[in-house]
Amino acid sequence: MIERPSGLGAQANPEFEEQKQRWDRASAKGKSRKGPGSGAVDRTISDVPLKTVYGPEDVAHLDLARDLAWPGEFPYTRGIHPNGYRDRLWTMRQFAGFGTAKQTNERYHFLLEQGQHGLSVAFDMPTLMGYDSDAPQALGEVGKCGVAIDSLADMEVLFDGIDMGDITTSMTINGPAAIAVAQYIAAAEKKGIPRAKLGGTIQADILKEYIAQKEWIFPPRPHMRVIVDMIQFCTREMPKWNTISISGYHIREAGSTAAQELAFTLADGFAYVEACVEAGMDVDAFAPRLSYFFNSHVDFFEEIAKFRAARRIYARHMRDRFGAKNPKSWQLRFHTQTAGCSATAQQPENNIVRVAFEAMAAVLGGTQSLHTNSMDEVLALPTEKSVEIALRTQQVLAYETNVTNVVDPLGGSYYVEALTDEMERQAEAYFTQIAEYGGVVEAIEAGFFQKEIAEASYRYQRSIESKDRVIVGVNAFVRDGEQVAMDLLKITQEMEREQARSVQAVRENRDGAAVQRTLERLQVACRDPKDNLMPHLIDCVNAYCTEGEIVEAMVTVYGRYTERSVF
Amino acid sequence: MSKRPLRIVIAKAGLDGHDRGAKVIARALRDAGMEVIYTGLFQSPEQIVRTAIQEDADGIGLSILSGAHMTLFPLVVDQLKAQDGDIVFFGGGTIPPEDAAALKKAGVRAIFTPGAPLAEIVDFVERECGRRRELVG
Repeated sequence: MIERPSGLGAQANPEFEEQKQRWDRASAKGKSRKGPGSGAVDRTISDVPLKTVYGPEDVAHLDLARDLAWPGEFPYTRGIHPNGYRDRLWTMRQFAGFGTAKQTNERYHFLLEQGQHGLSVAFDMPTLMGYDSDAPQALGEVGKCGVAIDSLADMEVLFDGIDMGDITTSMTINGPAAIAVAQYIAAAEKKGIPRAKLGGTIQADILKEYIAQKEWIFPPRPHMRVIVDMIQFCTREMPKWNTISISGYHIREAGSTAAQELAFTLADGFAYVEACVEAGMDVDAFAPRLSYFFNSHVDFFEEIAKFRAARRIYARHMRDRFGAKNPKSWQLRFHTQTAGCSATAQQPENNIVRVAFEAMAAVLGGTQSLHTNSMDEVLALPTEKSVEIALRTQQVLAYETNVTNVVDPLGGSYYVEALTDEMERQAEAYFTQIAEYGGVVEAIEAGFFQKEIAEASYRYQRSIESKDRVIVGVNAFVRDGEQVAMDLLKITQEMEREQARSVQAVRENRDGAAVQRTLERLQVACRDPKDNLMPHLIDCVNAYCTEGEIVEAMVTVYGRYTERSVF
Repeated sequence: MSKRPLRIVIAKAGLDGHDRGAKVIARALRDAGMEVIYTGLFQSPEQIVRTAIQEDADGIGLSILSGAHMTLFPLVVDQLKAQDGDIVFFGGGTIPPEDAAALKKAGVRAIFTPGAPLAEIVDFVERECGRRRELVG
């Protein structure tokens, strides 16, 4: 008898070995496929080498208890809930926002009426970068890729007629995240809803801004202080609030591989945990409210493996490295969005199909919430019709396909388990490299992540150019003389002028002395690392200080970040 | 005729941080033997044109994915007209076909949208900027 661990390839079986030898011979006689896409049949979309078929020997080193366990059991490879989607479906959460707060408020009412569960706010570029709508830097950008929120007045309009105590809201904003949370709290409290009742998520992941998305304001070190203050405040006062959403989505969109997305995101997460612990917080006090956000690209199995590996790696590090004792601190909860970068401008209707596969990968990977992209987002903000199709895609998946009935249905697949393991191995190798730089902030300052992503993105583009990889409608199956004929959503220039006038009106109709006073106190707090910034930010917001004014006040203390560009 | 390689400025304007496309194009042009100056993020139209003139560039490629293309592209065209009219100005990003047509009328030589093959962009730059070089010397 051969001694084997309790892996999936447990017993020796002579007949099975003979079958394997026959397969080896038969397989060797195969002829390599020619034609579109034949250059990449042996690699995932992220260049992970693939075998023709996987078998017990590929998972023999896995230990069932140590590496897989059962759903709801450490290390959560098979999911964080014992019954998966049987107890609760994922939250269908479509990211939306454009134009003025009033226009976006109308879209929110529409989405809630269509059966969506939670809201997700997309802000425009000036809001994300900390500029008011009438700032010279905002020219041409107001309301274009999200909603313009200059002050509390806009936040009040955004949630007009919506019960903020009943819904959950996700806000995708990072540089000025603490200001957005302050505005959300102030808007709710004006309606009589206490902050402790507010449920939702703030993205607030500044590290990935330096790595990939580039929407920063202050340099990394002071920015980390702002984030830690916010996590500390929300942990204490907002028990239903997810204090941060550590995001790989944008890392992937910037061109990373799946393994890079996984590794860099978890490395960022661990950096926040370290910073909070250093600030004196108990890991089990804040870790249960940390949440994650991943991309779901079109390489179906690789994505599923990535999600499963993420849970396993996270659980191990949180328990064994950070000493967390509460199982909630070990559990990685995540939101998923289908890959914007996999959508094509050519034959845009094909994007509906891509999104459906990507959404299914996210669900088979055990996501807690999901945004499905609309087919026209590669050309403009989505129309109401295309958003509806995207939401219906999730509903078909949830209610018709029956993939929700069994937890982690691909668990035990030789291929998926081997790929999950490979994802973990690659992520650990990256953690070692990052540690050699001295940590995430140091690796950012050295341009490490930026260079890795730029390399991967270029390699991927090359594989499309060479037609090793096929993108349907782009480098194969192209129709001649094709014209895109779609109705697209237009944001007018008039909207920009209207929003600029509206923020000017806010400035004219408020108590100037209160603005002055609250901004000065905020600056004093910025210089004192022991004074939590959040109460000061809430005071500023309640005095109707605009976002631009608050950011400027903080910039005078912290400065603005500039990047050394690498390509 | 000068033997020095074509020199191209790849630019990002406004508040748009999506730099994947700009960097891929920069790499592709460099691999095709050109000298590429990448401006980095958040440049104003004035800064972009000033960089191009200081660097004696043959072409400017501007990438915008934030929806601000109808504002920012024409501002660069105006700056170029005021300064040095013959630098080849092209661009790309998430730009709907109607807007691309309008921008071409306004003086942008070419607009490349997602999925445009790198080879096509490289050919365009070699041809158009090469022609300018022959004229200007």
